[in-house]
Amino acid sequence: MDLATFLVQCLNAVQYGLLLFLVASGLTLIFGIMGVINLAHGSFYMIGAYLAFVLAPWFGEWYLTKLLAGVLLSAVFGYLLEWAFFSFLYQREHLQQVLMTYALILVFEELRSMLVGNDVHGVQAPQWLAGGFRLGELMSYPWYRVFASVACIVLALGLYWVVNRTRLGMMIRAGASNRDMVRGLGIDIQRLYRIVFAGGVALAALAGMIAAPLSSVYPGMGSSVLIICFVVVVIGGIGSISGALVASLLVGFVDTFGKVFFAELSGIGVYLLMAIVLVWRPEGLMKRGY
Amino acid sequence: MATERGWILPVAIALVLAALPLVLTPYTQDLVVRTAIFAIFALSLELLVGTTGLVSLGHAAFLGIGAYVTVLGTGDRGAQSVLWLLPAAVGGAALYALFVGALSLRTKGVYFIMVTLAFAQMAYFVFHDTKVGGGSDGIFLYTRPVIALGGTTLLDLDDKRHLYYTVLVLLIGTAGLLALIGRSRFGHALAGIRVNEQRMRAAGFSTYGYKLAAFVIAGALAGLAGFLLAVKDGAVNPELLSWHESGAVLLMIILGGIGSLRGAVLGAVAFTLLKEFYQSEALLGGLASRWQLTLGLTIIAFVALLPHGLIGLRARLQRRRNA
Repeated sequence: MDLATFLVQCLNAVQYGLLLFLVASGLTLIFGIMGVINLAHGSFYMIGAYLAFVLAPWFGEWYLTKLLAGVLLSAVFGYLLEWAFFSFLYQREHLQQVLMTYALILVFEELRSMLVGNDVHGVQAPQWLAGGFRLGELMSYPWYRVFASVACIVLALGLYWVVNRTRLGMMIRAGASNRDMVRGLGIDIQRLYRIVFAGGVALAALAGMIAAPLSSVYPGMGSSVLIICFVVVVIGGIGSISGALVASLLVGFVDTFGKVFFAELSGIGVYLLMAIVLVWRPEGLMKRGY
Repeated sequence: MATERGWILPVAIALVLAALPLVLTPYTQDLVVRTAIFAIFALSLELLVGTTGLVSLGHAAFLGIGAYVTVLGTGDRGAQSVLWLLPAAVGGAALYALFVGALSLRTKGVYFIMVTLAFAQMAYFVFHDTKVGGGSDGIFLYTRPVIALGGTTLLDLDDKRHLYYTVLVLLIGTAGLLALIGRSRFGHALAGIRVNEQRMRAAGFSTYGYKLAAFVIAGALAGLAGFLLAVKDGAVNPELLSWHESGAVLLMIILGGIGSLRGAVLGAVAFTLLKEFYQSEALLGGLASRWQLTLGLTIIAFVALLPHGLIGLRARLQRRRNA
């Protein structure tokens, strides 16, 4: 493997890891605050990707506007979803919520099939991000992937700022460490749940929209992302956003280079990594520390 | 459920099931066999989730390994004896359960859920990506196992009726075994671990050993279900080990009501029949292709209306009658 190929693979690994982080951070927030194991989180990623496809003809070259519209739509969607399907479940056993999210996966998959169909669709990257820059003599690296990585980094910084520097973030951190105490202090925990859920859905959908031009959109794209994100969240330590960042980059590298070196057994690598981490540190790399 | 006459209903159901093949069409008999196999599978998970309080999201790995051992053990060497193939399938699943359990029981709660999932995915990718079991297409079981003594065949699982009664007997055996475990000292220790593991350890129980034993027994029983499923379908593919299957079996016992053997069986029956009903074009016409939507909405309705699963329905009706 020459240097240029190696560099391209590294960039791919980082870009994939950062994208995973967007989805996983929403998952870990929802779990950390609400205690909900959200199996439907992959569906929100899928919904985001399909939004990118469906909204494309409406917005044309207004790519960033399209992303913004998609984020707003999905946040509203998440807000309503929490209100309709989860708000009455918190007093129940955790497993009831698992059942609910599993049912939602089935419903979302079928609605997607009814509304858009089962074909694989490509989504165009915007014109101003077409092409790539040269790396070495033969390789070039597409600008759109650079844009995806940068967008993810900006969002990660934004998330860090919200969680650590704002009043809302303070409530989120407090809720994650002691839910009952927060309620006792007079904070409307229902509303906090709803906001966090909406935010998590919006993050996953945004990741889906950013990924759409890279992976194209296809049925079942949600469930593969979901399982990988669970791996990320568990390796990083549940409820920890910085842990999720470290873990998603780790998973990005293991997955990308696993495919290069051990093509046949590459599927196993990520799970092996998780097993090793958990045997070594049963509560993940960073147990709840933002 | 521990009423004095608690045995009457299960025995009556067993008798009805034993008489059913006389009146069933091949299609419905196949459906009953499939439901019974999933009931065994659900019962095996109930020992972990309901009795011990360990939620596993990777239980399908053991089902799949049992099924793959059955098919790979047969190969193209003609009909094998049930007497070695069945123990091999169960043993293979138990062995993997020992490995997975030994490592994953170091973790707790949500971490345990995810580690079991990870080990199941590893097994899934081994069968999906390598040539061990025919890759993503899976392989066929060309000849079904038999029990032969001397020259006479006592049991031929190629015969639908033989298979039916074998599955029925094994379902009753599994339920009986788990009921016995529930009443034994071992079962009480598991229940104690579910309620308060710290206290059990303080009382001098090596809880890790107990949990590992429960994990291996559950894996072995799932392997039994895998053996039967491979024999019934005459083929295996990696999807048997996928997390969808693990999720579905967890769904069955939650749907039925966690904490009772009847709940697990009820959940398996309800889930299998609901799925069959919603997929049936003869009954629902064009809606049958949209079965995920109808099944999903039904489950949502169940969650909203039945907080304690189907098994809680009776208590609820009784309460209403008394009120």
